[in-house]
Amino acid sequence: MVPLGHYLFLSAVLFAVGTVGVFLRRNVITVLLSIEVMLNAVNLAFIAFGRFQGSVHGQVIMFFVVTVAAAEAAVGLALAIALFRHRESLNPDAFTSLKW
Amino acid sequence: MSSVSTIGQALNGIVPVMCVTLAGIACMLAEAFRRRGERMPIGGLGLVGLAGAGASAVLLWGRRAGCLGVAEADDFGLFVQLVLVGIGVLTIVFSSDAVEREGLPAGEYYALTMFALAGMMLMAVATDLLVIFLALEVFSLALYAMTGLRRRVYASAEGAFKYFILGGFSSAFFLYGVAFAFGLSGSTHLDRLAAHVQAHAPAGGLLLLVAMGLLLAGFAFKVAAVPFHMWTPDAYESAPTVVTGFMSTAVKAAAFAAFIRVFLHALGPLRADWLPVVWVLAICTMILGSVVGVVQVNLKRMLAYSSIAHGGYLLVALASGDEVGRAAILFYLVVYAVTNVGAFAVIALLDSREAPMQTLDDYRGLWHRSPFMSGMLAVFLLSLGGFPPFAGFVAKWYVFTAAVRADQYALAIVGVLTSVVSVFFYLRIIVMMYMTDKAAEAAPAALPRVPKPAAAALWLSVAALLYLGVLPTRVVEIAARAVASVL
Repeated sequence: MVPLGHYLFLSAVLFAVGTVGVFLRRNVITVLLSIEVMLNAVNLAFIAFGRFQGSVHGQVIMFFVVTVAAAEAAVGLALAIALFRHRESLNPDAFTSLKW
Repeated sequence: MSSVSTIGQALNGIVPVMCVTLAGIACMLAEAFRRRGERMPIGGLGLVGLAGAGASAVLLWGRRAGCLGVAEADDFGLFVQLVLVGIGVLTIVFSSDAVEREGLPAGEYYALTMFALAGMMLMAVATDLLVIFLALEVFSLALYAMTGLRRRVYASAEGAFKYFILGGFSSAFFLYGVAFAFGLSGSTHLDRLAAHVQAHAPAGGLLLLVAMGLLLAGFAFKVAAVPFHMWTPDAYESAPTVVTGFMSTAVKAAAFAAFIRVFLHALGPLRADWLPVVWVLAICTMILGSVVGVVQVNLKRMLAYSSIAHGGYLLVALASGDEVGRAAILFYLVVYAVTNVGAFAVIALLDSREAPMQTLDDYRGLWHRSPFMSGMLAVFLLSLGGFPPFAGFVAKWYVFTAAVRADQYALAIVGVLTSVVSVFFYLRIIVMMYMTDKAAEAAPAALPRVPKPAAAALWLSVAALLYLGVLPTRVVEIAARAVASVL
């Protein structure tokens, strides 16, 4: 059986990939995807912890998180469309009217 | 029958939350069934729900009603819920006119306000990390949408999107912290986490420290503590002004409620580990909030920095952590809620497309144009700055007293100094309003008329500030007793 540490390491790597993706933003949609990757990294951690404790709690929590992630994606895409209508661009560097 | 009443009893603890949720659904349905051009008192539906929530919160007082083990309506949670209900009522009363003038979709606006409030009220009573996360997402998602409600305004879309990205980012960190807490204690329940911490204190173990750090980052973002504050000025400036008043106060109340529950209750034994971090956050937040506020020319942005600074004072109270400090947090939240909602309401009521009241210059000589509104704004600003006899003074006094009693002299000194700095920009607005010459002004466009309910609510807010400023002991005692119920 794969030990818990491996799962947690993979989860941490995925989380880091998501974090880096948010900061190296080139495209608004990529930023949204990166946040989803972060949430799914957390899901992996929940499931791994739950499995190694011998309970289904981790998997049940995952369903809640997936639901939240879906709701978040809906709001995020709506906002991305609203932005795109104004600037006809998905590059975050175009959105800099607010400063300080 | 008996099983029905058992379920009913099991849900007792979240009756106030359900009242607000139902009101939100009613607002949404009312908008769906509204014929084009038909006028509907949708805000009234929200007020009915809030009245129900307030009444049930008062009735639940002292009963410690639970809810399926994931929420507990103890006095502390109910106190915060009552503050949130008050914020909601004021927001709706102040909104009626501004919603029409800014062309906000009324049904969506009120429904989202109600859903956001429901999430915040759930957060105030939640005793399970997963429920805290869900409540946090419920109100955050509603607030992202509310920030971007003026879809035709570009700045509104940009501010909302920035808020969304950073909000989603920080939620992921918070959730990762929940995952580690779950992995350590085998449950997301705060009591189980507390038991685990108790068993392993004072040496926390690396994983516990990681969990704590991630949770702290999530909370710090929600209360806009430096360096997690970047979204605040953008979101506060670009949101419709009534929404800014709502979110600058209600989010702080809900987030600090959960903050206290998680850090003072569950992670209390690890105080030595998190105290230095909160200490640094408090110092940075107070300094940046008041110093950067000085150079702002947009009033909403200035008040955004002021609200960051006020978050810092709340962190000071949290860091001092004894009974005085904890009661001071609740008292401060009440005072801050009334004051800040009032200040933003004045801007919202004055601002219109014909005569924008956004920058400091717009407020030049306001006294001649609207003595009533400039008087109200002056009172709110003086209270924010901490002038006696208004409540802001007493609130700050309690916070700094708590810091001194806990031997946190540095926090108290920085707090007092930054208060003095921030007084500069509050007074600057007042000087602009009262001490500029009328003759020098070209005749500006007429200001919108202030509706009677809003004027009454402003008077009521000022009366509350005076009452809390002159006779604070009663409310402070209630706050102290409420806080005792959580620890």
